Amino acid sequence: MTGTLDKDRPAPTPAPASAEPLLVADQVVVEYPAKGWRKAPFRALKGVSITIGAGETLGLVGESGSGKTTLGRAILGLAPVTSGSVRYGGRVISGLDKKQRRALSSEIQVVFQDPYTSLNPAMTVTDILSEPLMVAGTSRTEAERRVKDLLDQVRLPADAGQRLPREFSGGQRQRVAIARALSRDPRIVVCDEPVSALDLSTQARVLDLFVEIQERTGVAYLFVTHDLSVVRHISHRVAVMYRGEIVETGDAATVTSTPEHPYTQRLLLAAPVPDPERQAARRAERRRLAEAGEPVDDSVGSVTDSVGSVDTTGAKGDPA
Amino acid sequence: MTLPQSEADLTAVATATPVRAGLVRRLLRNPVAVACLVILAVITLASVFAPLLTSQDPARSSLTETLAPAGGKHLLGGDGVGRDVLARLLYGGRTSLLGALIAVSVALVIGVPAGLVAGYYRRWFDAVGSWLANLLMAVPAIVVLLVVMSAIGQNTYVGMAVFGVLLSPGVFRLIRASVISVREELYVDAARVSGLTDGRIVRRHILPVVQAPTIIQAAQMLGLAIVIQSGLEFLGLGSASEASWGSMLNDAFANIYTKPILLLWPGAALALTVAAFCLLGNALRDALDASANTTRRSRRTTRKRKPTAARTVAQETPGTDTDSDSDSDSGTGTGTGTGSGTETRAGSEAASPTDSAPETGTNPQATSTPTPGPNNGPRSGTDTATAGSEPHTGPDSTPQPDAGPDARTISTADAGTKSVADTGPDAEQQPRTDSRPDAGTATGTGTETGSMAGARPGSRTATDALLVLDGLTVSYPAAGGEKTVVDGVSLTVRRGEVLGLVGESGSGKSQTAFAVLGLLPPEAQVSTGRLVFEGTDLARLGRAEMNRLRGRRIAYVPQEPMSNLDPSFRIGSQLVEPVRRHLGLSRAAAKAKTLGLLERVGIADPERVFASYPHQISGGMAQRVLIAGAVSCDPDLLIADEPTTALDVTVQAEVLDLMRSLQRERNMGMVLVTHDFGVVADICDRVSVMQTGAVVESAPASELFAAPQHPYTRMLLASTLEDAEPRPAPGRTPATTTAGSTNTAHQEGRA
Repeated sequence: MTGTLDKDRPAPTPAPASAEPLLVADQVVVEYPAKGWRKAPFRALKGVSITIGAGETLGLVGESGSGKTTLGRAILGLAPVTSGSVRYGGRVISGLDKKQRRALSSEIQVVFQDPYTSLNPAMTVTDILSEPLMVAGTSRTEAERRVKDLLDQVRLPADAGQRLPREFSGGQRQRVAIARALSRDPRIVVCDEPVSALDLSTQARVLDLFVEIQERTGVAYLFVTHDLSVVRHISHRVAVMYRGEIVETGDAATVTSTPEHPYTQRLLLAAPVPDPERQAARRAERRRLAEAGEPVDDSVGSVTDSVGSVDTTGAKGDPA
Repeated sequence: MTLPQSEADLTAVATATPVRAGLVRRLLRNPVAVACLVILAVITLASVFAPLLTSQDPARSSLTETLAPAGGKHLLGGDGVGRDVLARLLYGGRTSLLGALIAVSVALVIGVPAGLVAGYYRRWFDAVGSWLANLLMAVPAIVVLLVVMSAIGQNTYVGMAVFGVLLSPGVFRLIRASVISVREELYVDAARVSGLTDGRIVRRHILPVVQAPTIIQAAQMLGLAIVIQSGLEFLGLGSASEASWGSMLNDAFANIYTKPILLLWPGAALALTVAAFCLLGNALRDALDASANTTRRSRRTTRKRKPTAARTVAQETPGTDTDSDSDSDSGTGTGTGTGSGTETRAGSEAASPTDSAPETGTNPQATSTPTPGPNNGPRSGTDTATAGSEPHTGPDSTPQPDAGPDARTISTADAGTKSVADTGPDAEQQPRTDSRPDAGTATGTGTETGSMAGARPGSRTATDALLVLDGLTVSYPAAGGEKTVVDGVSLTVRRGEVLGLVGESGSGKSQTAFAVLGLLPPEAQVSTGRLVFEGTDLARLGRAEMNRLRGRRIAYVPQEPMSNLDPSFRIGSQLVEPVRRHLGLSRAAAKAKTLGLLERVGIADPERVFASYPHQISGGMAQRVLIAGAVSCDPDLLIADEPTTALDVTVQAEVLDLMRSLQRERNMGMVLVTHDFGVVADICDRVSVMQTGAVVESAPASELFAAPQHPYTRMLLASTLEDAEPRPAPGRTPATTTAGSTNTAHQEGRA
């Protein structure tokens, strides 16, 4: 292996020259068995289709309980795909057995939301980063060299390797998690709300790191978030999820500034802007929309929502 | 990046492992644990080296030495059939320890793997395993042992192995529970995605977490096994040929009238061993808890705890007695009118009383506090010097230092005014009101976005300042001395005004809010120059008085709505209780009031929510419920700690709307702690930006956003992504190695 990620990257498309994008989710349905005898299972995803091209970022926006995290987990093989399929490089990867799934670990990786629980507190950063390498059969010395390289890529000091995760701040931990995801040169990384637990300034820097890595290595991201401004910053295309379905897809600029679907419009107007005057205008606009259109008030809807969110707890639904 | 210490946010389960090195050290610092370890070591060594310690054969009986006295050949004498007591005691230790070891080993060998598999894979194995475990636990152990021992003959070790089987469900359950809690951790998911085999995940990520509780359980089980074993032997069910403590007891019991001292030796050995095992188990648990606690404490301490210690420290402000009394008189005078009184007075000059910034209001209010907290002692020295040189420019010049780059400049100005007004603390209220006309003209000329100087006449705010906080310092005992999390923060909240307290994690904003509420944990060291709410010096209130104030006059809306509702009570009863307590309403009246409130906060079906349990409603709904609870007693001040952070944006917008309308309707003062400048722009009249425990900039919201002064504020505002350019489509991105194939593939995908 050589120094940088892009050099040792294999030829871009392993699949036969199919015209298919890198990753395709086709009418994916994810159901979780409901608690209670003979209850209908809870349907977290109701036939979701997305595509992600190589080197592209697809932003996936939605509120808690919308199923956006579940879609990410279905792609990672952590959530059961009831019907439909997930294809990677033209090959169906949903419903693989454990061994076949493990073979995909060098291709599809993940950065989770919570930088506190996504790193084993008992392991040093070097151990955490070299774990995936050891799986791939990398020698210890080679792994150590690679860990140094990874730490450098995510802008962490070289001596970070000997330390435990708890010695780092949230942003630094998330950098460690990013380094772990990159350690096997994946072609797609599922980023599940990777910056929503971070402070504002840290968030901006970590996002920049994501963009920079993508520009250097050509990795594709499925970027799951609830924050429209984050999604606009990082995504090429955006898909909006609402109650287990995709309601709108399109260019990031279009979806995040002139959305067509009423739900996306609501979402956009609900996000407060850091400018009192513009925010007042936005608030008025939201009120106008609420009064004109269907009731925006959540008090009726959220009762039904809450039933759903109770069911998803077993499935690690979106954090509130 | 923020301080790492403040973010050591680890779950209790997870912390169990990394501290194991420290665990041994902590254990050795506990004298009880050391004593237990020494006793156990001595007993073990004595048993193992029994042949070296005594030349007597524990099984050889000699009629001549029946009940022989102690001394001589038989150091502890002879027993009922003339066997050497010392030899039997030493060799008996072997039987007891070995038997216990067998039992515990069997329990672990069965329980640990079964627990691991059941916890990790769940499904049918878990169901069957749990069912079997429950079944085994329901079986009376002694009866089973009696049956087994009588069926297979008098073999202690077989009996103990069977006992081990009976102990295994306990181990199984413990391991299973620990594994289930770890397997939900994201790092296990990450390991799975990294391609680790299940065996490797269990070995690397799960076993270490399970280790500690297993060791504790094992220590307890060893003690239990020894007791059970001795009991069986005492009943004569052990192997007759081998010496054991239980059979010694049996023999001693037979001779209890002739030679009662025989009971002492096996009894003492048993008691010592068993007690040592049990106490060691406890010590292990304590050591483990302690290590979990130290890690947990370094989290942001936002938990409600009794504020006793904090209070005693805070009371170190002498000489404010008379002042605060006179203050409280005038304070309650305006307070009874629920703010309308103050408003009308101020209303004549300022139609919108909320827009002018009373940051300097802190200063005149602070006049009666001659002693700042012990922590800012040295600073106040330099301050008085400043005041001496230019006594009256203090309040006037505040706008500049306020907007200036250093928080210290603010505090300097504060202290400056302090000594100025020291001359006449009693007249404090009057001069302020007199000088109000000036302020009035200033605000009159200034528009909402008026100049800072115009909008900030400190004098005017004196009368309607609801909360005055001056020189608040909060610190926690830390490894190398003290760690100060809030460092000399001064704030003023006026009636009908929303103050935003903005900062990143670790900036001390929540700690400031909790200090006002008097809800800091006991280990917090709080010192305030002044903490006055409507003329009442909060720092001097006792716990009971503070309790009367909290909820009634000062209300709180938390960040996590769900964790602030007790899951075991219906929402209705949680809301009714404080209303009845504070307002003394009857049950029916309180219920009617609560239902009205629920309707007011936009809950469509109040009756249903009233009768629901917290888990039956959504997060947004729960926050509405908590807001209803907070405003139920018509508080004058509402402190909201990141009230919308846990909510979805659409819900957040509605909750903010609700809070704004309630605040306007009731003319409440409000402190909103947040990290989100969007929220600030939406609801706040004035903003204080905090960085590492200090306020670096305070300004009216419109001014802060239009012209942020402090570099930190500018940095934060620049970090918001709101106005960031959207990323162009990948076709226009700089070419990457994969770009060529990307685009074709991607275009197809999009079509």
